[in-house]
Amino acid sequence: MQNDASRTGPSMLLILACVIPILVVLVALPKFVDTYQIQLLTYGLIYAIAGLGFNLLLGYTGLLSFGHSAYFGLGAYSAAFMAKYFGVGSMEIYILGGLLITGLVSAAFGYICVRHTRIFFGILTLALSQVLWTLAYKFFWVTGGTDGLRVPFANLTLLGGLIDFKGRDTYQAFTQSYYYYVLFLFCICTVFMWVIVHSPFGKALQAIRDNETRAQFLGVRIRHYRWFAFLLSGSFTGLAGILWVPLNGLVTPDILYWPFSGEIVFMTVLGGFRTFTGPIVGAVVFNYLKVYAVASTAYWQLLLGVVLVVLVLALPTGIVGTLSRLFGKFRKR
Amino acid sequence: MNLLETINLKKYFGETHAVDNVSLTIAEREFVSLVGPNGAGKTTLVNVVSALFRSDSGKILFKGDDITHTSVTERVKAGIARSFQIVNLFDDLTAFDNVTLAIFSRQGKTGNPATLAHLDHEVSAEADAVLAQFNLTSKRKEHARDLAQGERKLLDVALAYALKPKLLFLDEPTSGVSTRDKGQIMDTIASVVRGEGITAVIIEHDMDVVFKYSDRIVVMQQGAILAQGTPDAIRNNDQVAMILLGTSGPDAFTRKD
Repeated sequence: MQNDASRTGPSMLLILACVIPILVVLVALPKFVDTYQIQLLTYGLIYAIAGLGFNLLLGYTGLLSFGHSAYFGLGAYSAAFMAKYFGVGSMEIYILGGLLITGLVSAAFGYICVRHTRIFFGILTLALSQVLWTLAYKFFWVTGGTDGLRVPFANLTLLGGLIDFKGRDTYQAFTQSYYYYVLFLFCICTVFMWVIVHSPFGKALQAIRDNETRAQFLGVRIRHYRWFAFLLSGSFTGLAGILWVPLNGLVTPDILYWPFSGEIVFMTVLGGFRTFTGPIVGAVVFNYLKVYAVASTAYWQLLLGVVLVVLVLALPTGIVGTLSRLFGKFRKR
Repeated sequence: MNLLETINLKKYFGETHAVDNVSLTIAEREFVSLVGPNGAGKTTLVNVVSALFRSDSGKILFKGDDITHTSVTERVKAGIARSFQIVNLFDDLTAFDNVTLAIFSRQGKTGNPATLAHLDHEVSAEADAVLAQFNLTSKRKEHARDLAQGERKLLDVALAYALKPKLLFLDEPTSGVSTRDKGQIMDTIASVVRGEGITAVIIEHDMDVVFKYSDRIVVMQQGAILAQGTPDAIRNNDQVAMILLGTSGPDAFTRKD
């Protein structure tokens, strides 16, 4: 019976066979590519953490948030405030403090938003994120307004002060160390999220997504669970925001503005929101796509728009969804 | 002892008196059929008792406790489960996951985000046992949406059953399936329900099914209870035959004309 039961779960062997080679490549990569590429990949991994968080709501709970810039931005601004007003340089303190703040705000915003679903939920998340954007924009004496706040990497320490970047020509060292730091946290987040979506709680979220009424008639407290999913989702995205700040060196209200929420949606749809790895692949690909689109044409938004239209029409299940379908067909033959 | 008691229960939709002053008692371990023409208020009555709808007035007592103002989840926890007239499943989950979810919920484990569901071997074994009881073992890895109508109907009942309820409402468990499958589905349901000593209230149109499986039949018309009694008493009730069949006489329910 136990063998039988384990067959319904994901095959650990298959997962490890896919994950280990990818990890080896990611770990070895800084030896082979230049600093710029490492930096791009670090951005990609950070967005992937945000995408994982976002997709807990979209893919697993069936709630489309148009306001996830709020939690990303909150994480980013929390770290920036700690750097500017409290002279904090420790990444670990940024993470703890930032998670506390994003957690509290997502709990409050989630409490309001999960009272509704569908478009009403989307509009509420959008409205609340715009409130934060306005605050960041208007309270310029605290937030720096459109100039934003600087978080120079030179003041940063990693692993409780073990690694710092004082002195000259440390940018390359920072990029490498920070890449591994982000990679490590990305792995932790991925495992964490994987456990969440395969836990009884994750199954309950999927049940709510598929059929709210029936879930209720199985005794699942729908609103309560949606709220908890919202809190987790916001916290993951907040962590991504915290990690993004030292890499970017600057935080401006743009990161709280609605187009960035749209980008998070875009990444997730690009990768495929009905798959676990979809948002990860989507985030990394989107990051490259955007960077190279911006570099190659002044009309980069147009280019991304075309990609989005083609995506929705031709690959509605995203990159990973399409690949796994093709792989499934291939296996059947 | 009465498991369920409704006292003067009312549910109106504007001018329509869907449930009109219904006082009904269901004894423990009874198998009761709720019959009546379309629009008689059978499903509305079940919807009110299972808290999908709020009653306008009246009382609902379950095991002697007043549950009139409790929520769906509170009634589920108290031991009331139901299946649905239009199959209501988690279509993107496998048959197995559908059932495990019900078991996790019953055990209060659905709030746990930190363990892997498929490693809970106790729950997996129970889910497999439930699937076997409903002859769905071969479908365990199939998505609910890919199952045949009869299998979906059984899975719908299996979900409610996996909650180990005291009182189980089955809303037309054989509607939309072939006559051949009907007997099989009802045999399966009856054996599980009777085997576990569950009190069942079933809404059904097929009078052959109703007469064969029920301890008691409750006939509803225009929101009110018209008659109730043993299958034999109802079979010989001319008024009931007239309402359900449009004809009467000593062999109205068996005549094939």
